[in-house]
Amino acid sequence: MEVVQMQRAWVEYTKSLFREGFLDAQFQQLQLLQDESNPDFVAEVVSLFFEDSERLLSDLTFALEQQSVDFKKVDAHVHQLKGSSSSIGAQRVKNDCIAFRSFCEEQNVEGCQRCLQQVKQDYSLVKSKLEALIRLEQQIVAAGGSIPMEELSF
Amino acid sequence: MFHIHCAGLCSSASVLVICCKQSFYYSFSYSYTGLPLALPRGENMDGGGGSRENVTAGGAYTEELHVLAVDDSLVDRKLVERLLKNSSCKVTTAENGLRALEYLGLGDEKRTSLEDNVSKVNLIITDYCMPGMTGYELLKKIKESSILKEIPVVIMSSENIPTRINKCLEEGAQMFMLKPLKQSDVVKLRCNLMNCRS
Repeated sequence: MEVVQMQRAWVEYTKSLFREGFLDAQFQQLQLLQDESNPDFVAEVVSLFFEDSERLLSDLTFALEQQSVDFKKVDAHVHQLKGSSSSIGAQRVKNDCIAFRSFCEEQNVEGCQRCLQQVKQDYSLVKSKLEALIRLEQQIVAAGGSIPMEELSF
Repeated sequence: MFHIHCAGLCSSASVLVICCKQSFYYSFSYSYTGLPLALPRGENMDGGGGSRENVTAGGAYTEELHVLAVDDSLVDRKLVERLLKNSSCKVTTAENGLRALEYLGLGDEKRTSLEDNVSKVNLIITDYCMPGMTGYELLKKIKESSILKEIPVVIMSSENIPTRINKCLEEGAQMFMLKPLKQSDVVKLRCNLMNCRS
């Protein structure tokens, strides 16, 4: 594929992720922070987000499997996940966490377990989409092109 | 797109506009062209000490701020570090209050002489919700210390709770910022600091 085609594909894909609510304006903030001297910034932050999230989701699964659920602990984990997803603009995951926290407050185990499933699903989706986006970016750069950030209307 | 809104008390409106505009143009140009502008941004980001005078596009001078950023979230530390570095700040990060205090020379070992680190840090920015010592508790410790109390402390939080905000401001926090942080927040921050310094 030519660079121009790849760039067009990048723009379309990015726009669709915003349109479908996977990403919000905060992700654009991350993109703005990427430049020639920090060409991998987005990939690095996103990678940290993945590591963090996987750990938290695993901790949440464990915590909700317990005989007597420690809702304070569950809430603390969800709060962290909400924070990091919010910081990178992973909107669906963030919104799932907001719903999750209210079930924690109610001490509703089933509600929490449903939320956990929802978060896992949305996390998995955004993860594969971000990975695809970053791969496309790397291909563009490898082919000598630049990421056309300016084509995304803010 | 970049809404420059500097909340807080401004003694000089024109100075405020100038400093905001500079930071705005600086960030804007740097981000959109993708080409590093030939602006001296304080080369020694990771070493050296003392403030340095930088000339920005508008011709005015900005000092290089050394900021200590405290947050238990790795993602947020990375984000705040990049945001600050893009604004010509030297950044040191700490993952909790204790580490922050150690860096500032208020660790378990009481030191009688001023630590090098202390004289270098111009600003502390900390998350509110942290396990162990909260950002509020860290703020208190800093304000209680005769050697550290003059350093401005900014609190960040993902939760917009007025009582929390007031509590921090009453304890001497310079500013309270809502997460997630954006470039415009750092602009606001610099305006706020420059205004207070003049």
